[in-house]
Amino acid sequence: MAFEQIVFYAFSAVLVFSAGVVITVRNPVHAALFLVLCFFSTAGLWLLLRAEFLAIALVLVYVGAVMVLFLFVVMMLDINIAVVRQGFARYLAVGGVVAILLIAVMAMVVGGDYFGLERTPVPEPIGEVSNTRLLGLQLYTDYVYPFEIASVILLVAIIAAIALTLRRRPDSRYQEPGRQVEVRRGDRVRLVSMKSEERR
Amino acid sequence: MVALSDYLTVGAILFGLSMAGIFVNRKNVIILLMCIELMLLAVNINFIAFSYYLSDTAGQIFVFFILTVAAAEAAIGLAILVVLFRNRGTINVDELGTLKG
Repeated sequence: MAFEQIVFYAFSAVLVFSAGVVITVRNPVHAALFLVLCFFSTAGLWLLLRAEFLAIALVLVYVGAVMVLFLFVVMMLDINIAVVRQGFARYLAVGGVVAILLIAVMAMVVGGDYFGLERTPVPEPIGEVSNTRLLGLQLYTDYVYPFEIASVILLVAIIAAIALTLRRRPDSRYQEPGRQVEVRRGDRVRLVSMKSEERR
Repeated sequence: MVALSDYLTVGAILFGLSMAGIFVNRKNVIILLMCIELMLLAVNINFIAFSYYLSDTAGQIFVFFILTVAAAEAAIGLAILVVLFRNRGTINVDELGTLKG
């Protein structure tokens, strides 16, 4: 067995195992951590497919940002696991049957008859070409319009997430520096003219 | 040598597992969001495998955009989840039927 095959099967085994743990584990924090393992092993598979830029981007964006967000939310919310897990065993049977059927059908379609090595041979190595450079050349010429739209989508996501979760608490006390600076002497000090008392 | 069908089969298994996850964890919205991320990951594996075996970088460009949209979706989904929990005190899908009428 070639080295590439060993690496492929190792990463695939870790990927499938951790995906199974994600959907069955009891504690959502553990599920999030195993999802991180999923992303790491997928990045390994993508490296095997010579997609270096996307593999690194997956680790940086997903493990570094999205999963931290997931963990943050999971730990912030106080989830009652006992309620959420009700009916788990009952749905496990249905879910298992659906998954097996789905995988069987898809494996028939994508099996070795149609996408084996005879139909789609491994491409010849194309020499010293940087994957990042190749992607950048395409992204900033042919796909520059979708690229701009993607940036707008990210902006919308930022604004929507902040607008949804921002809240002003009416009962909290805080200073307003603007109003503090605005105050004139007349607002605070009142001069009262009154007669002085006679000395006894 | 690793064939294209091997990568596609891994993607299919991952997709099936996350489908089962949506059935099994149908009360826990956080795990549902994680299952959606897994599904997108399975699709991305297929895209990159095809991109390599057919020698066409367009597949990787697609994955780039899918990653962008998935990150935005996760951020907004989690924000909605936080607001939901703040207002209702639960993330049980069965109790979120206010719009049913």
